[in-house]
Amino acid sequence: MEFNNGAELLELCQKTGFPISQIMKKREAEFSKISEAEVEKKMRKALEIMRNSAKEPLKNPKKSMGGLIGGEAKLLEKHRLEGKSICGSVLSKAITYAMAVLEVNASMGVIVAAPTAGSSGVVPGVLFALQEEFDLPDEELLNGLYTAGAVGYLLMRNASVSGAEAGCQAEVGAASAMAAAAAAEIMGGSPQMCLWAATGALSNLLGLVCDPIAGLVEAPCQNRNSIGASNALICAEQALAGIRQIIPFDEMAEAMYHVGRCLPFELRESALGGCAGTASACEKSCRIFGKTEE
Amino acid sequence: MAFISLFEVIGPNMVGPSSSHTAGAASMALLARKLFPGEIKSVHFTLYGSFARTYRGHGTDRALLGGIMGFETDDLRIRDSLRLAKEQGIKYSFSVSEQEDAAIHPNTADMEIEGTEGEKLFVRGVSLGGGKVKIVKLNQIEVDFTGEYSTLIVSQTDKPGVVAHITRVLSEEGVNIAFMRLFREEKGAAAFTIVESDEKIPAEVLDRIRENPLVSDITLVQL
Repeated sequence: MEFNNGAELLELCQKTGFPISQIMKKREAEFSKISEAEVEKKMRKALEIMRNSAKEPLKNPKKSMGGLIGGEAKLLEKHRLEGKSICGSVLSKAITYAMAVLEVNASMGVIVAAPTAGSSGVVPGVLFALQEEFDLPDEELLNGLYTAGAVGYLLMRNASVSGAEAGCQAEVGAASAMAAAAAAEIMGGSPQMCLWAATGALSNLLGLVCDPIAGLVEAPCQNRNSIGASNALICAEQALAGIRQIIPFDEMAEAMYHVGRCLPFELRESALGGCAGTASACEKSCRIFGKTEE
Repeated sequence: MAFISLFEVIGPNMVGPSSSHTAGAASMALLARKLFPGEIKSVHFTLYGSFARTYRGHGTDRALLGGIMGFETDDLRIRDSLRLAKEQGIKYSFSVSEQEDAAIHPNTADMEIEGTEGEKLFVRGVSLGGGKVKIVKLNQIEVDFTGEYSTLIVSQTDKPGVVAHITRVLSEEGVNIAFMRLFREEKGAAAFTIVESDEKIPAEVLDRIRENPLVSDITLVQL
């Protein structure tokens, strides 16, 4: 059960009557030569790691290795619990959890790269916000992860998910497309709607540069994960409402890759341009790397 | 095109912050650990390129040392590997290479391992991104393998008949070869045959391959 692009994936869904999640699960079992139960067991483990990394910083905030971030998720949680959120509960939770995962990542905790470590907050942010707000069982979240995996696989295969190669639009952009498709399927969308959501997410973040301060996976990466999660929810909502995309998923993936290859070296993870190139960022960088070893 | 697994997209499960600079570093060192048969007394790491510039902020040093101590990429002990190594009496040191050679991948580390019996192994690993790695140098010989398969590494003298001997044993033991390559320093000198297989390689294979007098050593990294 192999598919090489979004069009083939939709065709498979139509032919078999399966949602994207089931196609992806069966594909994994077939080609990795393991049972679907084993695939699920591995995915449950990933989901548990995601859950822990999304929730732990709310209890125990930690400073990052480079000291640029730490404690943001707890602040957001407090703000929401005080009834002050202007984003509403789903969005507020999604950005809280997305930032929490990046805090865990940046302080050498355990996370699941999805698709990368630098974009690892987006998918769990969206999934756990939906779970709490709509009272979803873990099984639905697992389906979301398979669907997210299908979109991520297509972007890995036909474009790029590497910031060094194609900018943040490829990392957080891909994560956002994955989360958008996952949200659309979980909330009852058709396979076509899932790909509309993913396409919208890619298109909204097109051109986003990768410019980590001091070259560390801390800032602006953590904030970018919250925009990836928000964008995913927006695009899923639009797709579920029946808003179509003019450009098919495969063409959008190609466009994203092409834009990425046009980005100058300074804006592809080299820590030379964008946020990283500002005077304040350079000063931070000097302070971090001037530090003597413990 | 090689199969891309669901768990390469949703994964790896890893200690942060970077799949290339942390998880990749741990993976390559774990692979080096598996290639070293003895007990490790000391290890020296040389870091190149981006590894050299940003290793502290990415925990590359702790990840490398953690891998050498046998920790998987999602093992939280990586965080404390410097302290744990001291407690276990493993000596370690790091140096940074200024060399900016286009031939050296930006995320490269050399690992010089010494065992308690004085045995030595040099391994050069490269982190390719997304947690994927490969080994590109073993002792003085340039090689190329990833550890994603069961891998058999045969040290031999580059003389006729050795490769034929290896393939005969593998075929008789029913091992299906995915990839097989010969790497050598120069004609007639030391060489490695590296065999990668999708399935587990039975231990009897090792004893039978050793029967050839031109084979000096053999290591198996099981999937």
